[in-house]
Amino acid sequence: MLAKRIIPCLDVRDGKVTKGVQFLKNVDVGDPVAMARYYYNEGADEIVFYDITASNERRGIMLDVVRAVAREIFIPFSVGGGLRTLDDMRAVLLAGAEKVSIDSGAVRNPAIISEGARAFGRQCIVLSMQVKKTGVRPAVPTGYEVVIDGGRQPTGRDALAWSLEGERLGAGELCINSIDRDGTKLGYDLEITRRISEAVSIPVIASGGAGEPVHLRDAFTSGLADAAIVASIVHYGEHPIPALKSYLKGNGVEIREAVTVDLGAR
Amino acid sequence: MIAIVDYKAGNLTSVQHALEFLGHKSEITDRPDRIIKADRVILPGVGAAGATMENLHALGLVDVLRDDVARAGKPFLGICIGIQVLFDRSEEDDAKCLGIIPGRVGRYPRAIDGRPLKVPQIGWNRVRQTQPHRVFAGVPDNTHFYFVNSYYPIPDDPSLAIGVCDYGVPFTAAVARDNVIATQFHLEKSGTAGLKLLDNFCRLSL
Repeated sequence: MLAKRIIPCLDVRDGKVTKGVQFLKNVDVGDPVAMARYYYNEGADEIVFYDITASNERRGIMLDVVRAVAREIFIPFSVGGGLRTLDDMRAVLLAGAEKVSIDSGAVRNPAIISEGARAFGRQCIVLSMQVKKTGVRPAVPTGYEVVIDGGRQPTGRDALAWSLEGERLGAGELCINSIDRDGTKLGYDLEITRRISEAVSIPVIASGGAGEPVHLRDAFTSGLADAAIVASIVHYGEHPIPALKSYLKGNGVEIREAVTVDLGAR
Repeated sequence: MIAIVDYKAGNLTSVQHALEFLGHKSEITDRPDRIIKADRVILPGVGAAGATMENLHALGLVDVLRDDVARAGKPFLGICIGIQVLFDRSEEDDAKCLGIIPGRVGRYPRAIDGRPLKVPQIGWNRVRQTQPHRVFAGVPDNTHFYFVNSYYPIPDDPSLAIGVCDYGVPFTAAVARDNVIATQFHLEKSGTAGLKLLDNFCRLSL
């Protein structure tokens, strides 16, 4: 049986991890490579870097980070934030990322999903969306609307309809980030996660709101998520990944037990 | 020197990074002479069976892989699409493949017991080692490995499977016949367990 994935998310600006992460004694918590190494050793199933670098001139820094991570982290990792064109995606993938995550750029130009899937394979393309409860109405039958630009800009698109459209266009996975729950530690938005997961036939990643181990369990069971993004729940050291995994295992959730195989001296 | 076959698709650098990390010298190449000269050959990558075979034909590598690598007894490792093209045919694109291992490649069912199955399989799944093999040395049975696949190999001779897995249906996750070894999962993205398998392959004397 396929294991449910736990995916730590690191926000990176100008090559530095920006928020949270402040518990480690021997790791430079500002260094994305050191943080990725730490979570890799902790048994993370995947890692997401979210590039929030504001200026275009400094975007190249992120590619250096990706190249460095690719040399020593042997689990999949993805990069999101500001990817707008095929060339943006190609640069990140060639630097060593397994996947790219596209968000506002895909809302503005949905063709980027199919172009990316055709060029790199659909398994590379994660369609990420920020969703917000804005009320049921004809254009938004679920009541969950896709918002862009960090949640500031409504799009008038229904989250479920956009998910189905994204799947049809060639997305390999969907990441559903609840703006309402983000940063609240109240748990993932199970309703929209479940409704989307039931409707599509590609993996769905829950995002936004994890504060307690039970929130992950709920995302995987009632939310039907295939994977879950974690940020502050792990960044502050309260609930390390091994503890989360042993909790989930005790609750009957299939997880990957991180085996550390001795590679011997080289 | 280990040759990583470059067939103009997929990200080959991750395999090279893993080999580098393990201390093995490798070269990404599409040149028949370099592949024939290599001590070992790895065919990695993601992609579709049809396009992969087209590229291998266009590069003149089909006979090289079949005759100068597989039949010549050179240690040969296929990863992901690299296991699938070893077989006779793939349902994907109805592609005729290398025919190095008898069998075919089928697609996961769209539903199991009326419940839709998410395809591609993306994530970590347990591999049961169905027979002892030196590439598994030091890797515990039932370890999780990282998969990204919509299709899976079906060898005619089930005894060629050395690892099996379950995704809606039971399927062959690793095969071995003499010098030819292949895995459906990504060794280069499966943590230390994957690295260990890769290292074992690089050290095998066959």
